[in-house]
Amino acid sequence: METVLKASNIVKYFNEPEPFQVLKNVSFEVGKGEFLSVVGKSGCGKSTLLYILSTMDTDFTGDLEIKGERLNGWKQNALAGFRNMHLGFVFQFHYLLPEFSALKNVMLPALKLGKYSEEEIEHRAIEKLKLVEMDEYSHKLSSKLSGGQQQRVAIARALINDPDIIMGDEPTGNLDKSNSQRVFDIFKQLARENHQTIITVTHDKDFAAGSDRIVEMQDGQIIRA
Amino acid sequence: MNWKLAFGIAITHLVTKKKQSVVAMLGVLFGISMFIVMISFMTGVNQFLEDMAMDNTPHIRIYNPVEVKDEKIISKAGTGNNSWYVVFHQRPKNDLAKIKNGLLIADKIEKMPEVRGVAPMVSSQVFFNNGPVQIPANISGIDVKKQDALFGLSGKMDDGSLDDLLKGSDDVILGKGLAQKAGVHVGDRVNVTTPEGYNITLKVVGIFSFGIVSLDDSKSYATLATVQKILQRDPSYITDINIKLNDMNKATEIKSELKAQMPGVYLEDWQEANASILAGEKIRNIMTGVVSFTLLLVAGFGIYNIMNMNIVNKMKDIAILKATGFQGNDITAIFLLESLVIGVAGGLLGLLLGFLFSYLLSITPFPAGTFFRISTFPVNFLPQHYILGVLFGFITTLFAGYFPALKASKIDPVIIIRG
Repeated sequence: METVLKASNIVKYFNEPEPFQVLKNVSFEVGKGEFLSVVGKSGCGKSTLLYILSTMDTDFTGDLEIKGERLNGWKQNALAGFRNMHLGFVFQFHYLLPEFSALKNVMLPALKLGKYSEEEIEHRAIEKLKLVEMDEYSHKLSSKLSGGQQQRVAIARALINDPDIIMGDEPTGNLDKSNSQRVFDIFKQLARENHQTIITVTHDKDFAAGSDRIVEMQDGQIIRA
Repeated sequence: MNWKLAFGIAITHLVTKKKQSVVAMLGVLFGISMFIVMISFMTGVNQFLEDMAMDNTPHIRIYNPVEVKDEKIISKAGTGNNSWYVVFHQRPKNDLAKIKNGLLIADKIEKMPEVRGVAPMVSSQVFFNNGPVQIPANISGIDVKKQDALFGLSGKMDDGSLDDLLKGSDDVILGKGLAQKAGVHVGDRVNVTTPEGYNITLKVVGIFSFGIVSLDDSKSYATLATVQKILQRDPSYITDINIKLNDMNKATEIKSELKAQMPGVYLEDWQEANASILAGEKIRNIMTGVVSFTLLLVAGFGIYNIMNMNIVNKMKDIAILKATGFQGNDITAIFLLESLVIGVAGGLLGLLLGFLFSYLLSITPFPAGTFFRISTFPVNFLPQHYILGVLFGFITTLFAGYFPALKASKIDPVIIIRG
């Protein structure tokens, strides 16, 4: 299996309120099309690890390679461009822009990328919304949608630029059983059919059990990969 | 950077927070409109005062001042060791007021290309007699046509007519205040005494007012010939030559040119004659500047505050935009565009409101009393003030928006998303 993401010897300290080592030499690899769940107790450092993998947190030591590119020392703007092109995010608290319609929310990262014309982007965005069965709400203001609906729109947004990796920070943490199942099915489908890599941090045991591989963390270390 | 996308996001933000956007815009609107009203009114007042003064002021005036020569005449008295100095103080000569070859000089100056016109004048102190009371005044003998062309005298007539001066001899026109003090009306005769003691009776054919009390209380005009006769002088006797230029700002330059040609006479330009008015104008201009600057500063702080608040409210959105690939300068562009839209919209509406206020002010009756030749507030409508207003609004909002926008671009998405 082709390796998409490779993290080696990741070490991260928190300086506030007092120096504390969150991640202790974390190393692992993720392959293309893999559906990976990172589990562990609160405070074990799994979210911190995810934000380092997401390139948003650059304050760490160790090597991070995504799609063969070594990302250490890149400038913020370059990393933003990289995220725009190769990474998609789904957060626990859906975080759509409340002033924009569902469709516009999905379109924004693509408009930023500027690879396609606006009509093309709109067409693709509707395709993505169809995939998460939200196309009939596409012109609704995102703040008027229910939690489960918002999460599905957020997944559509994460997919819009056809990223290689989709990262989720407790994507089902705020959802009921049926909505959780829906999100899980979508992720599973993406990994199977599009061969996109899924990395999620989750507390949800059923969700983790259904994924291809579980990485368990404890006290800043991987205890089971 | 994708400006169109940034602009689209900025407009969506502004439209969804209508109330906040309108409040920010009102700040700019009032700032700019008050700036327009202030500067239009202030420059209008300056213009009015300058016009009023300049109407009666020649750009360059040639005259012979009565001045005591500074050097003393010293003579030695006695002989040998037993000697002493005697110092005599000089006294001004009686005929100093006359400009030699005055009419000739006037003709010559009139031919210069920079000169709009020249009016020769004979001026003297006289007394107007009202029964036993003598009223001190000043009589000027003028070339009526030339004086009118340069100083618009016919437009200042309250009663009678300037042309009547030309119709007969021994006619005079009086300032409004002077006529009142002398107790005469048009058609009356008035008795005049010169400093030399010569007495003559003149017929009042007109009453004028400049709107300047000191002039209207003391000035009177007659023809050159009449005044020369009162003073018992020959027809070449001229005491003043008043010059108007095509461009009054060249006065100093032309003055020194004339000075080189005519070393014997004294020249005064309008800046010297109106030093106090010019100083007043300067002070008013500074005041206008300070008040306008303060208005814009306050408007700017309003925008700064609102934008700052806006960014605090939008922290999560900014983090999301950054997480999905928007760069720092995209974020700066979004928030800078928001404040610029506020600034430009507020600025343009401010111009409109400022124009409206200025117009209303310009048609408001001004209780100036009987002396001022003015019925409404003086207001200027100059395009450059409006351009300046928009430019100021633009720059103020640019600055006020820039710092919050910069702050927004530095927001670390991780901290916000982690909560």
